[in-house]
Amino acid sequence: MSRYKMHVLVCGGTGCVSSNSLQIVDNLKNHIKENGLENDIQVLKTGCFGFCEKGPIVKILPDNTFYVQVKPEDAEIIVKEHLVKGRKVDKLLYKEPSTEKSIDDSKHMEFYKKQMRVALRNCGFIDPDNIEEYIARDGYQALGKALVEMTPELVIEEMKKSGLRGRGGGGFPTGLKWEFARKNKGDQKYVVCNADEGDPGAFMDRSILEGDPHSIVEAMAICGYAIGADKGLVYIRAEYPLAVKRLEKAIKDAREYGLLGKNILDSGFDFDIEIKYGAGAFVCGEETALIHSMEGERGEPTTKPPFPAESGYWGKPTNVNNVETFANVPVILLKGADWFQTIGTEKSKGTKVFALAGKINNVGLIEVPMGTTLREVIFDIGGGIKDGKRFKAVQTGGPSGGCLTEEDLDTPIDFDNLLAKGSMMGSGGMIVMDEDDCMPSVAKFYLEFTEDESCGKCTPCRIGTKRLSELLDKVTKGQATMEDLEMLKVLSETIRDTALCGLGQTAPNPVLSTIETFWDEYVAHVKENRCPAGQCTDLLKYFILEEKCIGCTACSRVCPVEAISGKVKSVHVIDQDKCIKCGACYDKCKFSAIIKK
Amino acid sequence: MGKIKSLDELRQLREQYKSKVDIREKGDQIEKMIQVRVAMATCGIASGARDVMNTLVDEVTNRRLDNVVISQTGCMGYCYAEPTIEVTIPGKDPVVFGEVNKERAVEILEKYIINGELLDGIIPVTHKTVDD
Repeated sequence: MSRYKMHVLVCGGTGCVSSNSLQIVDNLKNHIKENGLENDIQVLKTGCFGFCEKGPIVKILPDNTFYVQVKPEDAEIIVKEHLVKGRKVDKLLYKEPSTEKSIDDSKHMEFYKKQMRVALRNCGFIDPDNIEEYIARDGYQALGKALVEMTPELVIEEMKKSGLRGRGGGGFPTGLKWEFARKNKGDQKYVVCNADEGDPGAFMDRSILEGDPHSIVEAMAICGYAIGADKGLVYIRAEYPLAVKRLEKAIKDAREYGLLGKNILDSGFDFDIEIKYGAGAFVCGEETALIHSMEGERGEPTTKPPFPAESGYWGKPTNVNNVETFANVPVILLKGADWFQTIGTEKSKGTKVFALAGKINNVGLIEVPMGTTLREVIFDIGGGIKDGKRFKAVQTGGPSGGCLTEEDLDTPIDFDNLLAKGSMMGSGGMIVMDEDDCMPSVAKFYLEFTEDESCGKCTPCRIGTKRLSELLDKVTKGQATMEDLEMLKVLSETIRDTALCGLGQTAPNPVLSTIETFWDEYVAHVKENRCPAGQCTDLLKYFILEEKCIGCTACSRVCPVEAISGKVKSVHVIDQDKCIKCGACYDKCKFSAIIKK
Repeated sequence: MGKIKSLDELRQLREQYKSKVDIREKGDQIEKMIQVRVAMATCGIASGARDVMNTLVDEVTNRRLDNVVISQTGCMGYCYAEPTIEVTIPGKDPVVFGEVNKERAVEILEKYIINGELLDGIIPVTHKTVDD
């Protein structure tokens, strides 16, 4: 048997795969073979490392070398220099932006220092397609412990004690949910994993399924044992082909190893999992809509009660949990509720995965203990705002959430604090905005999304979101009146109070959370026909500053509508009637003589 | 692979598979590890560093030393004394041993790494690093 001395881990998450990381794996293997080291060095693809900003990532162990933005052709130099001669390849090392110094050990990266990986414990650590590596990392031990050493009641008790709350956005105590499903009688019960991740900018569920699919398989079996179900279903969107592929492989392998199927570990417990494919509708993340979609009906929500725990899939007691919630389950059972209790805040225990996106330096996937502040997440881990711009706001909770601003930065993140601030945890998407982002436009973006995703069943959501996005459109075009702004508020509140399901009730949140805080910005659009962030093209005007223009003619040559006139070496002028505000002249001018306002 | 039929069998399997991720587990906790770096530049390899490396890896695995991690490094500059290895016990200064062959590697492992006893053949530190 070959005894490897080094492991080369290449990120095999969707982000890095689309940047050709699988080619890097092949090239590394070939070069290693050419150098006769195939028995000394193992190359494998793993799940997401989280540092998507600088992908594809290649990590070398045991020395924790972290190579970023690796191209397939870099495989040769990595093998020749690092693997053969022991010299790290400086040009591929991550450089800390604040110091410009190369970091040769990922332990020293600001990005990882404050993170704590529980749900992502195996992502970027094991080969997701290899069940043996999962078993080596205590995989299926929690299931074994539950089946052999614990009663279902004890499992539920442990989950309740841990304080784990639903990570899909609701924040409902998981143990309690399981208890309801256990107590409801039924000849057949179901465990459902909600992998219909639909928030724009959120990709933690996908990454967990891609990087550690067995953790979900194991957790679903544990849940089945706890509530008395022998059948599990994963509802996953078909837009996640890689996650689907790895999950299919995990289920197949688990069956082969006897960890799914009849009489698991000779305990008398049967459990198997089937995958159901969704078409990627946002509303299907709502559990009743999800269940209807699985039954082949339209993905429309119905009122609760009855809750799925009483009458769910085909009218049977059903427990629905989100992917990240499930990913926490095996660890809690193995390390104990007491251990889990020590992490997080009083009412939000454990960690939370966040997907950082927008105008932030380190776009990627992170996991931090609950109670970490927004400032730590955005500035320490996230590396601050791109291009040294000023932080303006962060949208948490996706289209259902709200915007938090500078004054909220020191808020410890947990379910209750975010709600108190008028936003929400949601599934953990964080979209960071800088001074160039126009808040009415941001609200419009989210409302267009919910308008599109509204299933149309109830009037407040179907028509309300349409009217809201029309009003916001008027604002961004400078056509709105002050009455329209009042209408925005009233309509938002009405939709919030009357819509049928969570989608509609939370759809106005992007308006409600920005209209108060950024009232001046809304008013500027209405009263002055001005967009302070300079984003709304309809309100923009481009001017040439007389004192700076040297008459180089570059702007007039680039203007597509011949709106700029002027002789060589004399000041140019923009004809506002002709100008289409494309910004070509603004980008072209080398003397900062063109301004927009 | 047949079906796993009991929790005991699953536990045995875990022990058997542990070595698959061992290097990664150690790398993850590198600050708590006794680190052994084998100089593997051209001169080191030419004088037999690869044999030393293989011996160390085998010994550490066979003796199940969970707190020792072996890695390779570039030229340390002591070309006259190759193969050289550097051993860093957490909280102590690194110690460099010269002219290490397979037998000496085992001796260093047993005496210094396991028991903390120093032995002959230490190369005095002749330089400072940028971190000092």
